[in-house]
Amino acid sequence: MSGDGTTDEGRTAPGDGAGGGPAGNPSHNGGKHRRRKYGRNRGDDGSREESMVPRAEFQSYYGRPVLKPPVWEWKIPAYLFTGGLSAASTMLSVGADLTGRPGLARTGRVGGAAALAASMYLLVADLGRPFRFHHMMRVAKPSSPMSVGTWILIAYSPGSMLAATAELLPASLRGTLPGRLLRFAARPAGMSAAVFAPGVASYTAVLLAQTAVPAWNDAHRELPFVFTGSAAASAAGLGMVCAPLEEAGPARRLAAIGAAVEIVASRMIDRRPGFVTTAYTTGHPHHLRKASEYLTLGGALTALTLARRSRVAAAVGGLALMAGSVFQRFGVFEAGVHSTKDPAYVVKPQRERLDARKREEAERAAEASQE
Amino acid sequence: MTRENSFHGPLADPAGEAGHEDHPPRMGFFTDTSVCIGCKACEVACKEWNAVPEDGIELLGMSYDNTGSLGASSWRHVAFIEQQRPLGHQDAGLTDLPVGPSSTETTTEVVAEALEATERGGANLGTAPVDLGFPSFDLPGAGSGVENRTQFRWLMSSDVCKHCTHAGCLDVCPTGALFRTEFGTVVVQQDICNGCGYCVSGCPYGVIDRRPDDGRAWKCTMCYDRLRADMEPACAKACPTDSIQFGPLDELRERADRRLADLHAIGVSEAQLYGRDPEDGVGGDGAFFLLLDDPEVYGFPPDPVVPARDIKSMWQHAGTAAAMMVAASAAVFLGGRRRR
Ligand code: SF4
Ligand code: SF4
Repeated sequence: MSGDGTTDEGRTAPGDGAGGGPAGNPSHNGGKHRRRKYGRNRGDDGSREESMVPRAEFQSYYGRPVLKPPVWEWKIPAYLFTGGLSAASTMLSVGADLTGRPGLARTGRVGGAAALAASMYLLVADLGRPFRFHHMMRVAKPSSPMSVGTWILIAYSPGSMLAATAELLPASLRGTLPGRLLRFAARPAGMSAAVFAPGVASYTAVLLAQTAVPAWNDAHRELPFVFTGSAAASAAGLGMVCAPLEEAGPARRLAAIGAAVEIVASRMIDRRPGFVTTAYTTGHPHHLRKASEYLTLGGALTALTLARRSRVAAAVGGLALMAGSVFQRFGVFEAGVHSTKDPAYVVKPQRERLDARKREEAERAAEASQE
Repeated sequence: MTRENSFHGPLADPAGEAGHEDHPPRMGFFTDTSVCIGCKACEVACKEWNAVPEDGIELLGMSYDNTGSLGASSWRHVAFIEQQRPLGHQDAGLTDLPVGPSSTETTTEVVAEALEATERGGANLGTAPVDLGFPSFDLPGAGSGVENRTQFRWLMSSDVCKHCTHAGCLDVCPTGALFRTEFGTVVVQQDICNGCGYCVSGCPYGVIDRRPDDGRAWKCTMCYDRLRADMEPACAKACPTDSIQFGPLDELRERADRRLADLHAIGVSEAQLYGRDPEDGVGGDGAFFLLLDDPEVYGFPPDPVVPARDIKSMWQHAGTAAAMMVAASAAVFLGGRRRR
């Protein structure tokens, strides 16, 4: 019998049968007191867990979370999306600018800067003390991915903003001297932003990975590829939606590459051995990431086929790619949050590691004493 | 294991590593839970001295623990665990009394459901008030009767910030609000913290948290102000059984080793030190413990690792992903200028 946790965010996976009624008092087995799970719905697949985790039960303090769940709200996963979108749009715009595709360049510059502005808002608004946002600039701290990210963003922003301003210049100002100077500066400005754009798109993976959050920390090898792939796919999507068909060829190709990288990397997360992976493969995070996969795949296929000829198809495919990226970011974020609320994700892997190490030590000691 | 960097592995002198010259010895706590009587004097003393605000007065259904967990406004937390077995060689004197099995299972059941419905799954205990819907109609423990008399032991342990040798919270703080003091402890500067919340996810022990109304992150300071005035922290001062011992970490480690040997000698074989080992995932804790059961029973992570251990691999993978992204964005433009 599983607990009533199914009401919680629509987690539908069956419990592992350990959340029984009060009759399931922990027994005095070998002096070890195994705590039950107090009706918590593990949200994991019982049978698979058996084979992976020899200790079906684990001990905890009244089933309470060991870790603090992230205090970040929806604004952070939203930023993961807007930041990635901005970075990849800027990169696309530079290529478009250099190869004579003004429509695609305009989309990339304006879209990139708009997404950047949204990112700034989201980041500042999520602070507990928004008016102290500038304290981020007190130090440059290589050990803190957030500090590294702050400085990458600071280096990235001016170029992106300048290039977009040049694009948005009203016709009446274009002929004036400042106007001409600005338009002349747009290309180098965009290129300077593009230098830092790959950093903007990838540092967020380290930002999440360098935490004690089991699901994020555990996926630190795959996350950067998921995030850059997702960023590329979303920017390509924006290009498909806004740029004229005959200019959007590179966007369509980038859509296919980005989507492929994102899907493969995110599948690799799902295949990681170990219990922590269940945070990704079950419940709400799983649904979000599945939706992301379908949307991204659909968008990429459209990009390679219909979107070459049909304006409508290009717009639909582009929107699907962007939506896919949003779902991916929220899925990864939710998986992490879920893995902190349930002590199993902390205790089980750590206990296994500890037991294995103790066994090893004991074996080594036994060997040493034999000699 | 990386040994060459300062993010992981044993580190003899964290304060020196952080740039303090001529600093006092590293100070710490040794919490010997085998003599804890659960009086919560430490919790009270901490609240009093540090003016930590109230964070909800609730009955949690977790034995005598109505604090729940460490948090932004709970810097000491006494855990109570009821177990159906005798404590070492002690005679709890219960054999002739009408004592049933612990009823915490039942009450906890009720509370767990209420907590599950809260936004942060119960981890906000110690941060802000949580409404559990108490009182309920059933008497707690109404299920047990005289026929169920059992042997019984009570584990109590006063938890606190570990002041890690490699502190996850400190590594990730982007403002420099968290810093390493000359005593080797880890403290938040409240005039700097902008409430980014990164430290909350950086701590592998779930200690530090953000106060919802205040927006900044708070945790135990090991009474930095008192230390600077040559006084011992309020909790250690208040502890009537010396379960909380304060002093130079080296001395405490020796003392703990002796205590462990003594306990093992008299047959308390389950006694174990937690956070004592400088070789562990966080390079050893500045506040470590003697426990009478596995760490996770007390709500500790059994084998915590500082997140920055893999920092090199993380950035390498991010770098590779970034390089791939550059290559892809260039490749899609191959074929030169657009066809007209
Ligand atoms: S990481 Fe956690 S336990 Fe360690 S010093 Fe920071 S708040 Fe304390
Ligand atoms: S919340 Fe405050 S103390 Fe914590 S990481 Fe952010 S700035 Fe540092």
